[in-house]
Amino acid sequence: MSLAETKSEKVAGWNRPPVVEPDGEGELLEVAMGPHHPSTHGVFRMDVALDGERVIRLKPVFGYLHRNHEKIAEGASYLASMPYTDRLDYFCSLTNNWAYALAVEKLSGQEVPERAEYIRVILAELTRIQNHASTIGFLLQEMGASGTPLMYAFREREKILDLFESLTGSRMMCNYMRFGGCRVDVSTAWLDATRKVVAGLPGFIDEFEALLTANEILMARCQGVGILKPDLAVNAGISGPMLRGSGVNYDIRKVDHYGIYDRFKFRVPLGDHGDIYDRYMVRVLEMRESIIILDQALRDIPAGPIMDPKAKIRGFRPKPGEAYGRIEAPKGELGFYLISDGGPNPYRYRVRPPSLINLTVLEDMCLGQNVADVVLIFGSVDIVLGEVDR
Amino acid sequence: MKSVEEIKAAIESAVPGAAVEVVPNPGPAAQHSLRIAPEHAIDIAQFLRDDPELALDFLSNVTGVDWPDKEIAEKVKVTREVKKMVDGPDGKVEQTVQETVDETRKRVEPGCLEVVFHLYSIAKTHGPLVIRMRTKNRSDQVELPSVTPIWRSAEFQEREVFDLYGIVFTGHPDLRRILMWDEFKDYPMRKDYVEPDDFEYEPTPHDEVLKRAQKHKGREQQTGIRDQERVAE
Repeated sequence: MSLAETKSEKVAGWNRPPVVEPDGEGELLEVAMGPHHPSTHGVFRMDVALDGERVIRLKPVFGYLHRNHEKIAEGASYLASMPYTDRLDYFCSLTNNWAYALAVEKLSGQEVPERAEYIRVILAELTRIQNHASTIGFLLQEMGASGTPLMYAFREREKILDLFESLTGSRMMCNYMRFGGCRVDVSTAWLDATRKVVAGLPGFIDEFEALLTANEILMARCQGVGILKPDLAVNAGISGPMLRGSGVNYDIRKVDHYGIYDRFKFRVPLGDHGDIYDRYMVRVLEMRESIIILDQALRDIPAGPIMDPKAKIRGFRPKPGEAYGRIEAPKGELGFYLISDGGPNPYRYRVRPPSLINLTVLEDMCLGQNVADVVLIFGSVDIVLGEVDR
Repeated sequence: MKSVEEIKAAIESAVPGAAVEVVPNPGPAAQHSLRIAPEHAIDIAQFLRDDPELALDFLSNVTGVDWPDKEIAEKVKVTREVKKMVDGPDGKVEQTVQETVDETRKRVEPGCLEVVFHLYSIAKTHGPLVIRMRTKNRSDQVELPSVTPIWRSAEFQEREVFDLYGIVFTGHPDLRRILMWDEFKDYPMRKDYVEPDDFEYEPTPHDEVLKRAQKHKGREQQTGIRDQERVAE
């Protein structure tokens, strides 16, 4: 045993997953949940050991969708990776675009015009609303509410995706942001259509909440299940609605003020118990806050250019250096770490995937729970396998 | 937050004998970093997390970086003795003369694997602090201490760095491949990684793919083993 190994054994405050002892007699049942299980949101496997219905051990297995996105990006120019970032978290391509553009702008020291910043905020908040609505829909689907809540969510999502399509040409793979601005300008007609959609959103959330928030089954299945303690959440690098569901007040929009988020008035909803219900509630309230941001952004959007006039599209070569840029994506902290050696391709391109890192505590949350709750706990983490496996 | 120089001084006073080096970032982002020696990494990490003023409780990002061996060509002025025919009193005479010439010499700078940590503080809402560690070389001395006991968020990310770069984190509770399959032998994110040519069946090969497929087919017939098996060996 090396020196480092003996030292690390003695470290205080190591948050290991707790050990759950089987209480019955007989053997443990080993179940492979996935990779083709409807609740795994893609190809993902959980190797679960069960004592009766209780989970004794749980190991997540990834990599079924791995295509080494980082290696491909290191062989391509900076701009050529932009459409590929859409495929990371394919529910939220616009926030992926923004995170990457932000990191490259930090690396090259570019400025973004004001109008482009407003467009970015509008698109990011629309993305957040459609992501949270569908996440809740999927969660309810896994709870056994087949179809209805998911279809309600998808009905609203479709309106938002129509806006994306009319602006960027694609519903999901938007490829819209550029280093130093955006690709095309928004028209007045598009802004009016967006205002109309946004005006209808509070009614949708009211309707959604009337169906769900006080629903007896949802409360019985979610409250007190899958509890994540705030100190473990911070230590395990959890971010996004999961972190705030555990009551930790940390929203990168408020902390970093990236873009122009310091201009908007909005609140950060926090949970109290850190269970599935709190994560559900945080997402609902975040949608309401996103609507408030959208109202302000759509009211204040100025006229002007959408690209930095000094921005170089062809022959883009940032000076040697490195930068880490991060944003509050709907799923958590999405970061890009880039090292430039002065060439046309990044020397190192790294995605900090919130979905993967939020799964670190999946085992901790599931141990000792019933196997039926594993599906719900997993659903409340909100992952997309395109980002987990990259 | 304190500047990197102040943090360096704080670390050196708290962890005796720790070697810390400031790595400046020449780019406009100006996120300077600190390179620490692996021997004291656990103590330094614990100090960074538990120090009330820094309170870097949130390890956001763990990254591997590959720095391959670099061949540097240098121009050196060399003085050497050259035999020349010089006009002497009785005809030509051979004489040794000192002559200075420019010579290009190649020097190999040994490469290494590097791991980069981005630390933030949720309690104090500051950051990032960038910490780096380097292995001794890229082949046999690739061990670094794991910081998973300090920050649990390193658990999967260190597995990923191990999987794609081959850095072995000692003290990690469960160091296995995470994205590639367990039987895979190589480290795909290294700069000198060569991919096997038949990972995927290409139904209509043309141009480059066709050439590769034909080359591969010939090799398969020669050796009788498929490329996948070769990797697994």
